[in-house]
Amino acid sequence: MSSTKHNLAAHNAPDSDATDTRPTLVVVGNGMVGHHLVEQLVERDQHRRYRIVVFGEERHLAYDRVHLSEYFSGRDAQSLALSTADYYAEHGIELKLHQAVTAIDRDARRVHTDAGYLDFDRLVLATGSFPFVPPIPGNDREGCLVYRTLDDLDAIRAAAATANTGVVVGGGLLGLEAANALRGLDLDTAVVEFAPRLMPMQVDEQGGELLKEKIEGLGVQVLTERATREIVPGEASRLRMVFQDDKVLETDLIVFSAGIRPRDELARECGLEIGERGGVVIDDHCLTSDPAILAVGEVALYNNSIFGLVAPGYQMAKAAADTLCGGDSTFTGADMSTKLKLMGVDVGAIGDAHANRHPGAKQYRYFDQIQQVYRKLVVSGDGKRLLGAMLVGDNSAYDSLMQYYANGLDLPADPASLIVPSSEPAPTLGPDALPDSATICSCHNVTKGAISAAIDAGCEDLGAVKGTTKASTGCGGCAALLKNVFDHELAARGMEVDTSLCEHFAHTRQQLFDIVRVEGIKTFSELMTRHGTILDDGAPSLGCDVCKPAVASILASCFNEPITDAAHIPLQDTNDTFMANMQKNGTFSVVPRIAGGEITPDKLIVLGQVGKKYGLYTKITGGQRIDLFGARLEDLPAIWEELIDAGFETGHAYGKSLRTVKSCVGSSWCRYGVQDSVGMALRLEHRYKGLRSPHKLKFAVSGCTRECAEAQSKDIGVIATEHGWNLYVCGNGGMRPRHAELFATDLDDQALIQAIDRLLMFYVRTADRLQRTSVWRENLEGGLDYLKAVVLDDSLGIGEELERQMQHVIDTYECEWAGALADPDKLKRFRSYVNDSRPDPDIIVTEERGQLRPA
Amino acid sequence: MTASSISRSLDWIPLCQRSDLVPFSGVAAWIDSAEGPAQVALFYLPGHSQELFAIDHHDPIAKANVLARGIVGDIQGEPVVASPLYKQHFRLKDGRCVEDDSVSLRIWAVAFDQDRVMIAP
Ligand code: SRM
Ligand SMILES: Cc1cc2nc3c(=O)[nH]c(=O)nc-3n(C[C@H](O)[C@H](O)[C@H](O)COP(=O)(O)OP(=O)(O)OC[C@H]3O[C@@H](n4cnc5c(N)ncnc54)[C@H](O)[C@@H]3O)c2cc1C
Ligand code: SF4
Ligand code: FES
Repeated sequence: MSSTKHNLAAHNAPDSDATDTRPTLVVVGNGMVGHHLVEQLVERDQHRRYRIVVFGEERHLAYDRVHLSEYFSGRDAQSLALSTADYYAEHGIELKLHQAVTAIDRDARRVHTDAGYLDFDRLVLATGSFPFVPPIPGNDREGCLVYRTLDDLDAIRAAAATANTGVVVGGGLLGLEAANALRGLDLDTAVVEFAPRLMPMQVDEQGGELLKEKIEGLGVQVLTERATREIVPGEASRLRMVFQDDKVLETDLIVFSAGIRPRDELARECGLEIGERGGVVIDDHCLTSDPAILAVGEVALYNNSIFGLVAPGYQMAKAAADTLCGGDSTFTGADMSTKLKLMGVDVGAIGDAHANRHPGAKQYRYFDQIQQVYRKLVVSGDGKRLLGAMLVGDNSAYDSLMQYYANGLDLPADPASLIVPSSEPAPTLGPDALPDSATICSCHNVTKGAISAAIDAGCEDLGAVKGTTKASTGCGGCAALLKNVFDHELAARGMEVDTSLCEHFAHTRQQLFDIVRVEGIKTFSELMTRHGTILDDGAPSLGCDVCKPAVASILASCFNEPITDAAHIPLQDTNDTFMANMQKNGTFSVVPRIAGGEITPDKLIVLGQVGKKYGLYTKITGGQRIDLFGARLEDLPAIWEELIDAGFETGHAYGKSLRTVKSCVGSSWCRYGVQDSVGMALRLEHRYKGLRSPHKLKFAVSGCTRECAEAQSKDIGVIATEHGWNLYVCGNGGMRPRHAELFATDLDDQALIQAIDRLLMFYVRTADRLQRTSVWRENLEGGLDYLKAVVLDDSLGIGEELERQMQHVIDTYECEWAGALADPDKLKRFRSYVNDSRPDPDIIVTEERGQLRPA
Repeated sequence: MTASSISRSLDWIPLCQRSDLVPFSGVAAWIDSAEGPAQVALFYLPGHSQELFAIDHHDPIAKANVLARGIVGDIQGEPVVASPLYKQHFRLKDGRCVEDDSVSLRIWAVAFDQDRVMIAP
């Protein structure tokens, strides 16, 4: 190496290398497995014993590659990150990102980068793999891309912005995922597969045929048995693919996803043993042919196999960490069973699904072309053991089958009953049938016994169990089973998690909602009398500031009687009672609705006049409207009288209800707008105004993909497309921002409104009190797919009912302020004092920048 | 209670009408108390063993006159009001702050005389 290169240790850590006598451990690669290794080392306290230096070629700290595609449906790099720079710093681990190791000098025990060199005592290769791009002439033309890193996805997004069509080369797991992503980017998408069927690794001919049918049903073109001869410039599109049979296909971009290859180049160059088809050969301890060097993850070749999944990588990381601290746990191979949902299509493969590793094995198959499901069992010759299974179209049997397979459980007398539909429910394998040694989470190798131990150690909710055992924090495939086992274990201990709303109701908000709806209960006192606490004096309890507003909101969502009615007024939060937000000095703010942010000059003038007349501080809010602060209680009716006369109505700034529908100016003015975003914002704001919900709701509508209205940070975000509207759901800003997720694309007006009706009412019915849509969505069992099934496919059969309920709220809307002004009894509430009309003398204001503020 | 406050407590004066009250909620009123003019918060719990309560309207924690606007409820059966600003609870019977022992409000005796609300300032 040239002498101008400097020692990275001396350069970057001047104090540590002089005094630090610890051996240096270098980790090359900061991907999923490399990071997991670091965590495993920290868990074993090895960061004190070794000076650990991690090199990562990518700009980003290790992130969740398994969920990479969610980058296109709303998640950002930060939310995909597996850790933080702080974590590394806290444990004294040196993290060098955007710095690739360029060579390993085994004799000098030294690694080189473009910035310098570093001497090591032990080294771990965790360099993962790269997407294989078949050697087709023209494969490097502009528009030819791969799908592996965040940067790759940025490149695809950029290319897609000006493209209409996209092709994925490769119909395996990753190829189909890439195809789904292209579809989500609004491209006409095709998949080109060399083999005679899709997902050749996971499914057989029959399964592949069904899969193809399903995927074509989603509008993705599938071409199998197609070998591409060359890629040349296109005529109608940017590129033209020419196949061996001279047929052609034109497209604007191509994503290669034709398998992965281990990134073994460093190992090759320094002479480590490499497998015939690539991969750094490792033994049970993850040691390479040089015992100072280990390899883990997708770069490692064990027993002639590369494991292209994260769970085996994590197991290697564990074994490697043990090896590095002198332990002797081993890696002995891993199970490649997989459960996936690709474009909404279930695919599952367990064990020897192709029945080619066990001579004498027998098969059961069930194929239903109407329902589009295919299930196959591979059993031992005596019919006692499950050796493998294959599922297409329905994964509901996966968890049970996996347990039979992984734990070697005896199959039922008639194994076919596991896959053949019958009037009897299929014999499911309940959590109690599993032995303690049964693996529940294979990513983190968590057994049923470990979960039960965590509960005994005090984990009383699922979150705590996940935190302690890490179960379900890898690929997430085990979430349903984990919940099952957890619930079962709790029940077995006679434990019940206290989900009471407060001391007055032993119910959750969701249960109270159902009670109110089913029993038709219309007042708080009736609900308390029938289902709440009764006091010693025989009167129903008064409730409290937790249950009263919660019940008020439920009653309003169900019946929509004015919140100012006598029976409801004592229930309301102070702000709802006075239909204004109380400020720190006891005055109130006034926020009239300015739907979509659109306002006439005349109305602006009225706001100015009212502000002046009542001495109000005025400010443009973050929600595209105008807030008037500092109104005295007794002035509120007069202020609202003037505003209502001028055509304003209440803005519900005080309510847990719809706040604003932010909009951009859209196609009526903007040169880029493709739809009338203001018109849609107005329509939505007027439709849902006044809807009482578990927490406040914010919407936005943008007129094109430039997204000036920031719709992707709202509970409901709508973005115009050439063909209609894309709907994003469950985002928010505030304390813990969350991007909204893409929910449905190219909806027409009616479909958009139907989806929002259902989604919001489903939220109103099932969320906890003060739970925003984002948190609700995150806690929703089954996640976004489940929500889509309920809302878009009406899987629960409640779609119409939800719409009806929403229509009732819409039909019974009235401006609460107008209602109060028309009722002298209600207006009495706005006296500051019942026996005196003098204003509160303790409200003192001072002037600042030409306006008043509390002194 | 000192002797003088007992004698004054016999001095009932009319404050407002029953119809000025809001069942299960509060309203504010002015009185001339021993220490001078004071703002009181009146709470009305019809059907309960004690139906009427009067405490300071001034919230000593938020330093604003707001307590009559809070939500009324009970904690372990004891009636309380939650401050609308920072949500501390004050017991209606003795004015104690549930969250902070060192804070307490003044209380006054209140009663109905037919439909008139009487207070002993
Ligand atoms: C006035 C305004 C600030 C401004 O000067 O711009 C404002 C003011 C208040 N916000 Fe806000 N928020 C305002 C826009 C926002 C925004 C931006 C937006 O809507 O685009 C956000 C972040 C976006 C979001 O909510 O997702 C925002 C996030 C919050 C939060 C945190 C919510 C969360 O889920 O983390 C709270 C607290 C809460 O709701 O529990 C809050 C609560 C409040 C309250 C109600 C606090 C309170 O209880 O007194 C403030 C009183 C308003 C009043 O007296 O009228 N405000 N607040 C904005 C009114 C918008 C409107 O026209 O209605
Ligand atoms: C879209 C997609 C979906 C997937 N879905 C699933 C799934 O559902 N289930 C599942 O189990 N698996 C899935 N996988 C596979 C899973 O992501 C991998 O098994 C896992 O990431 C492997 O981890 P690794 O650390 O070995 O490699 P990687 O995560 O690729 O990390 C290797 C890192 O090393 C860096 N590196 C390479 N060479 C150097 C060098 N010389 N110097 C410094 N750094 C270097 C690379 O830049 C990279 O950041 C998916 C993968 C993709 C791309
Ligand atoms: S989102 Fe699009 S249509 Fe709306 S203002 Fe921005 S650029 Fe114009
Ligand atoms: S199996 Fe992957 S997280 Fe549990």
